[in-house]
Amino acid sequence: MNRFARMWDSDIAWSFRHSPVAIVATVVALIIILAAVLAPWIAPYNPFDSRSLNLMDGFTPPNVPNQFTGNTYLMGTDNQGRDIFSTILYGARISLFVGFAAVVFAMVLGIGLGLLAGWRGGWVDSLLMRIADVQLSFPSILIALLIFGVARGFIPPSMREEVAIWVLIVSIGLSDWVQYARVVRGAAMVEKSKEYVQAARVIGVHPARIVLRHILPNVMGPVLVIATIGLALAIIAEATLSFLGVGVPPTQPSLGTLIRIGQQYLFSGEWWILLFPSIALLLLALSVNLLGDWLRDALNPRLR
Amino acid sequence: MTDALLSVRNLRVEFPTRRGVLTAIDDVSFDIMPGEVLGVVGESGAGKSLTGAAIIGLLEPPGRIAGGEILLKGQRIDNLGAEAMRRIRGKRIGMVFQDPLTSLNPIYTVAQQLIETIRTHADISEGEARKRAVALLDRVGIPAAARRIDDYPHHFSGGMRQRVVIALALCAEPELVIADEPTTALDVSVQSQIIDLIKEICAERGAAVMLITHDMGVIAETADRVAVLYSGRLAEIGPVTQVITAPEHPYTVGLMGSIPTLTQDHARLVAIPGAMPRLNAIPQGCAFNPRCERAFDRCFTERPEPLPRGDRRRVACWLYDEVATAGQEKAHV
Amino acid sequence: MSDALLKVANLTRYFDVSKPWLNRVLEREDKQFLTAVADVSFEIKRGETFALVGESGSGKSTIAKMVVGLIGASEGTIDFDGHRMTGTAGAEMRDLRRRFQMIFQDPFASLNPRWRVGDIIAEPIHTFGLLKGAEVTNRVGELLDTVGLSAKDAEKFPHEFSGGQRQRIAIARALSSKPEFIVCDEPTSALDVSVQAQILNLMKDLQDEMGLTYLFISHDLSVVRHMANRIGVLYLGRLVEVADGKRLFTEPQHPYTRMLLDAVPDLALSGRRRKPVEGEIPNPINPPSGCAFHPRCPLAMPRCKVDAPHRVETATGYAACFALEKQPA
Repeated sequence: MNRFARMWDSDIAWSFRHSPVAIVATVVALIIILAAVLAPWIAPYNPFDSRSLNLMDGFTPPNVPNQFTGNTYLMGTDNQGRDIFSTILYGARISLFVGFAAVVFAMVLGIGLGLLAGWRGGWVDSLLMRIADVQLSFPSILIALLIFGVARGFIPPSMREEVAIWVLIVSIGLSDWVQYARVVRGAAMVEKSKEYVQAARVIGVHPARIVLRHILPNVMGPVLVIATIGLALAIIAEATLSFLGVGVPPTQPSLGTLIRIGQQYLFSGEWWILLFPSIALLLLALSVNLLGDWLRDALNPRLR
Repeated sequence: MTDALLSVRNLRVEFPTRRGVLTAIDDVSFDIMPGEVLGVVGESGAGKSLTGAAIIGLLEPPGRIAGGEILLKGQRIDNLGAEAMRRIRGKRIGMVFQDPLTSLNPIYTVAQQLIETIRTHADISEGEARKRAVALLDRVGIPAAARRIDDYPHHFSGGMRQRVVIALALCAEPELVIADEPTTALDVSVQSQIIDLIKEICAERGAAVMLITHDMGVIAETADRVAVLYSGRLAEIGPVTQVITAPEHPYTVGLMGSIPTLTQDHARLVAIPGAMPRLNAIPQGCAFNPRCERAFDRCFTERPEPLPRGDRRRVACWLYDEVATAGQEKAHV
Repeated sequence: MSDALLKVANLTRYFDVSKPWLNRVLEREDKQFLTAVADVSFEIKRGETFALVGESGSGKSTIAKMVVGLIGASEGTIDFDGHRMTGTAGAEMRDLRRRFQMIFQDPFASLNPRWRVGDIIAEPIHTFGLLKGAEVTNRVGELLDTVGLSAKDAEKFPHEFSGGQRQRIAIARALSSKPEFIVCDEPTSALDVSVQAQILNLMKDLQDEMGLTYLFISHDLSVVRHMANRIGVLYLGRLVEVADGKRLFTEPQHPYTRMLLDAVPDLALSGRRRKPVEGEIPNPINPPSGCAFHPRCPLAMPRCKVDAPHRVETATGYAACFALEKQPA
């Protein structure tokens, strides 16, 4: 049996094929991700190019020609004349980019510290875990806001726009590393006492090599589950921060920004500005979340 | 002739998996007489623990009894509902598990666990139940039983805990005790104490014992008869002295030869080549045929039934089917 | 140059099992120490199999771990081929490590489930930089062949093998750096009896072919009898008797050895009357005073409660028992 046939036949693949939720969630997530990645080619307009915006195009309802310019937009326009559909595509792009990058950052930091704490034990472990405990007692959005605010203080206004996304990534990542660290620390401690690690120590393998090549591959399972759900949370965190006005710069609106704008105009009748981005965010976060749920159940040996 | 206490007839236990149905116990039959000690021996995966679990109704789903009958004093117990089975468990069949650390609930005292079990199956007062419990603990060899009965399980050492578990299994006066690897987790010196205890106390109460283990030495010391399981099937069953000193099934022969002893000297141990087949790869005919040096044509096509070889002795091997082997010789040219 | 490949002298190991500092202060308790190994001395000659046998709490696994350097010794010394191991680190230790290896008890936990079998076996080769490239693959194939598996198995993962086969893989890994000395910590205890026979035969064959020296740890007296040239009996961290292979069983000297032999189930069905075993192994945190065995010993004298017995030469080796000192003139 060649490699692909084996993977197709494995327990996880079988579980996937037989779980309608997982299949639908994956399909939806893939569609959104693809659309976001291909945004520059799919989107009819570029909403980030402020020069192409025409205020007269603003508040156009979906699929109805604008009374001033005569342009028709699939999902209407927002208050500045941006095409909602294009903005959703570009916005999803930002959300996904920030989400992935924040998760990767949190993972690297969390796994690194978790391995360190689990392997060294003793005071290193106690110190890191107390820091983690302290951080956990704050809501993650507050932490992100805090870091964001502090960063703002350091960065000169001229650079703020360019750096905004990176600050956003770092702040969401820093608010999230603890769960990875905890899980990895626990798993590392379990693996450390197993005989294959002792065998490596008898051979005289360098501890760093043992941690990276022996222990790390064996603790990645639960990490993947957390990462998938963490992606959904990071996307929502970014949307929240943008909604609060401290996320992406206003000229590069993300889904959260759109929702904020839309919320202001909901009761004055321009419902489409809020509805479509909200649905997009909902679909994205939900499908990633459901995928994470399925992955956790599929990887849990006791449920099989 | 007395009737059997426990009668297992053509028992079949299956595990439906997504890759097909796995047969973990395939057409196994044996009887246990009242007061008898039957050893059930086999290597890991042979199905001995599952047999015990099936009898007492504790098979873990998706495993299920797919065929055959289990009769306790002539009444079927394999098809009873959960409530009826619960009443039988403890009252008529007691169980001793392998790990004394996890068989006792760590958050209840020994007294609470014993008294609860006694009162579940007998309508007596708490004071009376307590008296019985103390007497039982004393009988199993717990020193200062009246005081220690109020201790928690973790206050006892491994051997003491196993004695408590034995007391727990016997407190409702069952007719049959199923002991699943009762000494495997214990040190050798404690092991011998526990084996002796099980023998004595069951003989006193006239309870029969089904002793499941992979340790032939324990069987030799304790059992009257022994059943050897291989790949979910019965390979050989008979009186202990006969099976151990003069085994007939080639698997049993190989098994006995591979056990190092304190008295005999061999430069090399008999090693049966290969390993017991996985449940999804059991060969056609006799399950042992890939590893058997005496296998012939019939072994690869027909599955051997347990053939009678004397007083309550059966061997599932075509070598002992005289009629057929004779006929075989004629057919072979 | 002595014939002893391994020399262990006065090896002792404590573990600090005290409660945390705050608890101790509040409850006014002293620090508690568990003496896992107490003043153990023995030698292993080149090419022989020396077994350490004992029940739980005897310290046999702790001794094995100290010999290979997994944990340090609290007191005492370990010398390998004349080189001092205790207290050595760095490059010198690395060189020494090439010459000994260890086989563990649990065949399921001693192989990394995420690594391929070929990589697992080749790890010592890579760590010591012994071979490169295609030579490594060839050597791995040879080793798999030697232990009774096939070279193609190098591509597979551990979970595709049975317990006995995994133990063979562990043996192949132990052999890959061409060591002289292998510490075997209960290598067959987790295996079925027929598989155990295969592995024990394999180990004996390898010893004959390659001139290996084994330190064989076990709780199973029959296995030890089959495998060992000399046997040491441990009780609660103390070495109570060392004797030549089979003679330990025909002429046991120490009362604990006799009790242990009596307790082994009799497969020969000789119907011998067994002396009932007394008591249980005491808690190692609070061992009995003097000779640790005295509460259970049929030969106990008043002296045994006070002093710890020292080594006495016997017909079969040596033992630590006051009762043996009273030899008729």
